Amino acid sequence: MLAHTALGRAEQVARHWAASGCPVVIHVDKKVDRKTYREFQAAMKDAHLVKFCKRHYCEWGGWGITAATQVAAEKMLSNFADVRHVFLASGSCLPLRPVNELLDYLDARPRTDFIESATTSDVPWTVGGLDIERFTLRFPFSWKTQRRLFDKHVALQRKIGLKRRIPKGLVPHMGSQWWCLTRQTLSAVLEDPERPKYDRYFRKVWIPDESYFQTLARQYSSNIESRSLTLSKFDFQGKPHIFYDDHLQLLRRSDCFVARKIWPHADRVYDAFLTNEAGAMKRAEPNPGKIDRIFAKAVERRTRGRAGLIMHSRFPNEGWENGLTCAPYSVFQGFAELFEDFELWLAKATGTQVHGHLFSKERAAFSTGQSVINGGLGDSPLLRDYNGAAFLTNLIWNTRGERQCFQFGPADTQEICWKLSKDPNAQISVITGAWAVPLFKSNQNFSDLRREAARLQKIENKFLYKLRNPYAKARIRIWTMAEFIENPMEPLQTIIDEIGNAPQRRLSEAPRMADLKGFGQFLQNLKNQGMHPHLMGDFPIHDGPTVQPDKPRKPYLVK
Amino acid sequence: MGIVSTYRLRLQRKRWRIRAIRKRRELEPIRNRTSQIKNGDIFLFSTMRNEHVRLPYFLKYYRDLGVNHFFIVDNDSNDGGLEYLAEQPDVSVWHTQNGYKRSRYGVDWLNWLQLRYAHGHWCLTVDPDEFFLFPFCDTRPIRALTDWLDASSIKSFSAMLLDMYPKGRIDAEPYMPGQNPMDIACWFDSGNYTSEKNKKLGNLWIQGGPRARVFFPDTPEKAPALNKIPLVKWDRRYTYVSSTHNLLPRGLNLVYDEWGGEKASGVLLHTKFLNTFTEKATEELERKQHYSASVEYQAYAERLAENPDLWCKWSEKYINWRQLEILGLMSKGNWA
Repeated sequence: MLAHTALGRAEQVARHWAASGCPVVIHVDKKVDRKTYREFQAAMKDAHLVKFCKRHYCEWGGWGITAATQVAAEKMLSNFADVRHVFLASGSCLPLRPVNELLDYLDARPRTDFIESATTSDVPWTVGGLDIERFTLRFPFSWKTQRRLFDKHVALQRKIGLKRRIPKGLVPHMGSQWWCLTRQTLSAVLEDPERPKYDRYFRKVWIPDESYFQTLARQYSSNIESRSLTLSKFDFQGKPHIFYDDHLQLLRRSDCFVARKIWPHADRVYDAFLTNEAGAMKRAEPNPGKIDRIFAKAVERRTRGRAGLIMHSRFPNEGWENGLTCAPYSVFQGFAELFEDFELWLAKATGTQVHGHLFSKERAAFSTGQSVINGGLGDSPLLRDYNGAAFLTNLIWNTRGERQCFQFGPADTQEICWKLSKDPNAQISVITGAWAVPLFKSNQNFSDLRREAARLQKIENKFLYKLRNPYAKARIRIWTMAEFIENPMEPLQTIIDEIGNAPQRRLSEAPRMADLKGFGQFLQNLKNQGMHPHLMGDFPIHDGPTVQPDKPRKPYLVK
Repeated sequence: MGIVSTYRLRLQRKRWRIRAIRKRRELEPIRNRTSQIKNGDIFLFSTMRNEHVRLPYFLKYYRDLGVNHFFIVDNDSNDGGLEYLAEQPDVSVWHTQNGYKRSRYGVDWLNWLQLRYAHGHWCLTVDPDEFFLFPFCDTRPIRALTDWLDASSIKSFSAMLLDMYPKGRIDAEPYMPGQNPMDIACWFDSGNYTSEKNKKLGNLWIQGGPRARVFFPDTPEKAPALNKIPLVKWDRRYTYVSSTHNLLPRGLNLVYDEWGGEKASGVLLHTKFLNTFTEKATEELERKQHYSASVEYQAYAERLAENPDLWCKWSEKYINWRQLEILGLMSKGNWA
């Protein structure tokens, strides 16, 4: 057992092993001061199956841990002649199943070495990008305290191509530090005549405790089972996950023999597994996959995060958002102008939440005229424009589970255009030139109309430019107004199918189109005034679109 | 970050340290129990004025969390709070009559106490109306968190200020000593926050919440900052710069992930909006001892006269930290 802190816990566990007749050799890190060590030794005096071995300084990634393991193993083999399997544990390991079960298990497999051991090319878990280089470079500097020197030294060796030769006959293998080896294999490793040579080599290998026994066991063992009997989960930095009191049920349901690592103050876990063996036996159905899932999810959350969430511990650089927003949404430009009551119709046809012009200069026009919406998002235009992108991200995040649609247009604040066009979640449908319809219907002086038309056309043109940019990732559809009113049902059907909320069926009701009689003449008037409205497409000059009946149309049914 | 600006920040840090050392003269120890402190103890630092009514619950909450020692600067209270604190077995308390504003809103005083006592300890710096929540805080003590942060080589921990408010008028239900303030002010805004990066110090600048929604809808840039870094493994070279919003050296402000992931983070439940608030706002307006000429309190005073109901249809009712984590207001990160 390798212990370095929380010696009280190490003592408890050592006594637990010894109580079942398993001899224990404890190595205490030399960093522990002498007084504490003496007290610890004194406390264990009455346990005759527990021995202490010579102490080494143990630093993560250095040779000390391996040296400590060697002396402890030697002491174990020489002092206890009837030991057949040696189990390497740490002071923060905890046996989850009764020790007798482990003994039975090993009795049934007297020749098997349990040691996780894989060649370097096959392991994905290496941290810091060093795999085979652990064996071919030199590592005189500490990774924890001399990080800069460590990195520089590695880079230097890579640059000048300095390499160590791996001793003949050795094939580097790596795996979990925690193993269970038979006396035969372990003594063969320790008593090898070549051992001084191997030791000298591994002394300068990085993290030798994950490769020394793993490599050498391959030389001697007749029967390696490449897995560790210790349940140990590592996070993305390569440090073990820690188990707490609230993991008790989870640990009960794992079918592992030993778990690592337990928080020293997790009293309930220690009490449950050390004092009451009968209680630990009464376990629920084993479900070891659950632990895997929980820790895999934790790593995923740390490395990828929740898409479309900006918060105080997740603020991705541009391009690293892993999704600008969290769910698909639809943006309509020109529809509300061309059709009367388009929002109501869309809400009915798709069952989504349909807002008006969210980015209008007057106020954020939330659906059904609300002044505040999910998450406490207010309609103040100043507050919204203070950070328009955050407003959109928040809106989509707050309404998770309900698809959002909103109107957009050249009269609105244009700050979020780029974000919209880059967002793969955005479905953007534009009828170009439809902004002219409200102007056409309004009762303003023509010179004002002309100025306004020129302004809106310019803004819409800029938006279209952004939508047609190669970086645009949204689902974008653009029609000219003339093109659209030729056959409005087909594009509408496509858009609504893509929203996909309602059961797939043909649209039974079209939205009512604004009366466009005289619109062609209106455009011609603009042209005559020197302004060139081109975004609408080609309209017949004198009479509106040919399909327009004289009376306002009634909704019609399509079978 | 060029050499020049790095050096400038270094000078700024030294300046705040020297200022803190100078300001130590303003602090008169009333009860100094720092001889009790042990290696590895977790500390809480706070400065307060006339908060007696909040103290019993405040101390209980943080004792239950696992804080070992309280360091409190009392800024001339006259409500008996100072005497109450002096009686507590785990509280060291200092008294000062000097200006809150002149000590940069208490930062200098606390910087001094931290410089003097907190080297090598985990310190939580909170106001008496702030309650710290971290992932698993209902099943694990704060030491579990700090041990994990130590093991992960993380030195500072972020917690966003989450404004809590009651439903109805703020002064409808009076707050009683020892009462859980979250029983009265149990509502919050879940999703109207905006963040921006402070290029110079590297911290995020977060605004929003009910205060921006109700008090600052037309001047959002004036809305108070909500980003806080209350939990730090203190080193005598560190200084808080502006409240607990940011620190120097600037590496401590990098409490967020920039590559798409989420770091572990918590929340500070801010229970300012109780019946005590109305009185406080009037007083603070007179004293003018708060940030940028108490602009915040001016805005409050204007609106408070009308109908101080911060509640709206979309307010969320507080349940527990897991709710906040699902809403995206805090994160477990890779702590499981």
